[in-house]
Amino acid sequence: MSNNWEMVIGLEVHAQLKTNSKLFSSTPNQFGSEPNENVNFIDSGMPGMLPVLNFGCIEKAIKTGFALNFTINKHSVFERKNYFYPDLPQGYQISQFEYPILSEGYIDIDQNNKEKKRIRIERAHLEQDAGKSIHDIDPKFSFIDLNRVGTPLLEIVSYPDLSSADDVVNYMSSLRQILMYIDVCDGNMQEGSLRADVNLSVRRPGEDLGTRCEIKNLNSFKFIRQAIEFESQRQIQIIESGGKIEQNTMLFDTSTGETRAMRSKEFSHDYRYFPDPDLLPITLSQEQIDIIKPTLGELPNQKLDRYINEFKLDKDISKIIISEKENTIIFEKLVSESDVNPKTIASWLVGDIFAYIKENQKEVSFLENKTQNIIELLQLISEDVISNKVGKDILPKVIEGIKSPKDLVKEMGLEQVSDTHELEQIIDNALEGEEENINKFKSGSDRVLGYFVGKCLKATKGKGNPKMINKILLEKLSK
Amino acid sequence: MKKSISQIKKSLQDKSISVNELYQEYFSIAKKNSHNSFNFVVNEDYNDHNIQLSQSRYDSGKPLPLDGIPLGIKDLFCTKGIRTTASSKILSNFIPQYESFVTQQLINDGSLFIGKNNCDEFAMGSSNETSYFGPVINPRKSKNAPNDNFVPGGSSGGSAASVAEGACVASMGTDTGGSIRQPASLCGLVGLKPTFGSCSRWGIIAFASSLDQAGPITNCVEDAAYILNSINKHDFNDSTSSNHQRDDYVTNLHTKFDQSIKIGIPKDYLKDLNSDVLQQIENTKKVLSKHNIEFVDVEFTTTDYALSTYYIIAPAEASSNLSRYDGIRYGLREDGKNLDEIYLNTRTSGFGEEVTRRILIGTYVLSAGYYDAYYRKAQKVRRLIKNDFQRIFQDVDFILTPTTPNEAFKIGDKLDPISMYMNDVFTVPTSLAGLPGISLPSGLSSNGLPLGIQIIGNYFQEKNLLKLALLAEKELAFNE
Repeated sequence: MSNNWEMVIGLEVHAQLKTNSKLFSSTPNQFGSEPNENVNFIDSGMPGMLPVLNFGCIEKAIKTGFALNFTINKHSVFERKNYFYPDLPQGYQISQFEYPILSEGYIDIDQNNKEKKRIRIERAHLEQDAGKSIHDIDPKFSFIDLNRVGTPLLEIVSYPDLSSADDVVNYMSSLRQILMYIDVCDGNMQEGSLRADVNLSVRRPGEDLGTRCEIKNLNSFKFIRQAIEFESQRQIQIIESGGKIEQNTMLFDTSTGETRAMRSKEFSHDYRYFPDPDLLPITLSQEQIDIIKPTLGELPNQKLDRYINEFKLDKDISKIIISEKENTIIFEKLVSESDVNPKTIASWLVGDIFAYIKENQKEVSFLENKTQNIIELLQLISEDVISNKVGKDILPKVIEGIKSPKDLVKEMGLEQVSDTHELEQIIDNALEGEEENINKFKSGSDRVLGYFVGKCLKATKGKGNPKMINKILLEKLSK
Repeated sequence: MKKSISQIKKSLQDKSISVNELYQEYFSIAKKNSHNSFNFVVNEDYNDHNIQLSQSRYDSGKPLPLDGIPLGIKDLFCTKGIRTTASSKILSNFIPQYESFVTQQLINDGSLFIGKNNCDEFAMGSSNETSYFGPVINPRKSKNAPNDNFVPGGSSGGSAASVAEGACVASMGTDTGGSIRQPASLCGLVGLKPTFGSCSRWGIIAFASSLDQAGPITNCVEDAAYILNSINKHDFNDSTSSNHQRDDYVTNLHTKFDQSIKIGIPKDYLKDLNSDVLQQIENTKKVLSKHNIEFVDVEFTTTDYALSTYYIIAPAEASSNLSRYDGIRYGLREDGKNLDEIYLNTRTSGFGEEVTRRILIGTYVLSAGYYDAYYRKAQKVRRLIKNDFQRIFQDVDFILTPTTPNEAFKIGDKLDPISMYMNDVFTVPTSLAGLPGISLPSGLSSNGLPLGIQIIGNYFQEKNLLKLALLAEKELAFNE
């Protein structure tokens, strides 16, 4: 982006709530079922069917309220958003409009080499998702899958406080991280559990706000970045060549990386919102709100602080661990079940262990029942039974867990040689015929020490305890 | 004289009639459908098994509360496996796979369904002339024009006509702005609209969700109490269903009030009424005054706004409730070149004129730029109407009004919608306030057509409302 322009961006994020059943019906809320499998009479809009609120969704909204610093409204109202589409069986979507359940929250996001930036969030409201229309299976027919109908969504609407693609990605990933931590959303963007509409305008610094366009339904960080970059350039070019931006709803074409305006017919709805007469307003007591707070658990930022202060971890390593909730579960399990230094655990985890996971295309959760073996391995290292290098070599076998690390080490004869007598002999052998180098050492050349250590380690096939070799060598050389 | 539920049960218990004989007595009339009061009568053998079960319960001396009682069901209640149409072309082929909460209670209590009663399309109408299956004829005749056909009222016109013609003992209706009380009145029957939230709306095809309420049309007040006992239950699946403790409406129905009763008569309702209708109020006052009942004049401040308010709120909700009839999943579908055409063709062909009118009105009043002027304002006025009633109920126990401003009119007589809407002027305020109201026959007009009075009670006061209605019924008993 040229220096003469700045972007003003607001985000509407749709987070699918992780609940057992739908927002207003008892049908399972799950992805990947056979088409139209999770549909009951309510979901399919049969005559005379009535919605019944799943209070679990309210609890998830309250949790989000605490985590994103929202005001949790004791009075909120479900309204009907009316429009016709075949994947919307009722002919309206039940949503919240005038009285949302959450208002005025914020998140502080990271910025490159700068202070954190506060992104204000205007509101978050509960609503039903629609079904899916599939137009590309048959040239003549469209197909409707109603499984997603009535799935609970929390729509989180930010203020236009974001000013770059980096900002947007940071905001969205913070949001995702928090929602996953508090178990409100599974964060699976590919399956559509989290998706964003981006409202973007450009202006020259100091100018009034420009006309904005809304890019609909982006479901990956990559697409968000591409869409923002393309759309901002498009708007700048129009203005620079003397044109005007038309307020429009845009679609992002994932194959070309371009945005295009939707036909006006596709979005020119008058939704005729009005309070849903089938549902009572939601009235929450302070008690109902307060009871949720203890279920929140530790938020990512709180964890970061604790890892740095309590476990004395580096900030960067801590950040890697907290980036996914699953990592922290494994890390904290390793720490609590062993007396190995947390710093050592952390560096093994983000180093060789994650490398193993990545190479073998596994999930971190794969480690959940492997922690005992990992701990045993790290203990063998910290007790000098095996060397760091041997530890790294046998890590894959340890994770695969065919044998316990102790058995493995014994069987393969990998114990570190820490026997003083044995080491003394090896060192004596190594020093034989090395008068020249011994003299060099005595006359002050430290380098020679490294040469001798290497020679001794080689003689032990890497199993010699380097600390002890060092110590005995120094003693002998100083004689 | 038609037999009441308690009389019928007695005859069944003492074996002076069998369940089957009773059933055939009503079914034979229903089958003829001579007043077009049924959209469908059930098949000949539909109830065979149920009749047997019912008979064996009587034989064993353990009948259910409504055992063997033949009922009509307004074609707005979804009945599992029985075609349910709302008297609309758009649902003319719809067979629900579920049973409405209310009709399920009636089944559980042993009653037998005879058929689905004709009604105004989607319950929108006051004369039962908007039905896709044609108008219902009021079994009652004018003595001055015995060959003319009169409307039975609406929207539960088929329900009322079927009870009046003797095709069923009672019929389940629904009332949104008067759809039980007004046809009951025009057919000389009892019609009860319970407090909003009493009877579950689950499985009833929705017209206006904040107003719709199920209730019985019966020959007598006691029958209404029997039916109410069965259907008035909390239902978790209707979020607006109240979970208060229900009374037993039959027990102690005939005992006298312990306390003195004060009834308010709204002066503003009686302006410009014809003398026949005014006479009903005067009569009632006269016969009830003997029973330590005091009558006082009361005055509403909101009466003039009730109809306008109703005709904003009800169509607004209807326009949204009826959007599910789009030809995509069930019901009528008319093809088209694209999606918009399918919608347009299906809904144009599937909905009648009155339904279309109300969808358009409702869509208009909810539109951007008009919402505040119409819908929001109407909701505020609705609140004032509720408050108005509560103010009056601080002074009185009940309110007495005519049920309708006139007797039944001839089929085809009222052509403009506004004069049709005026029929509900006395029933609509009660509906907007969510209060219970009962209509009972009070006398005949100079043409010999039935006229009724409406008694309105405070929220969930159905028990006392029925007690008072029963007393009035006894006192007003007139020789037809």
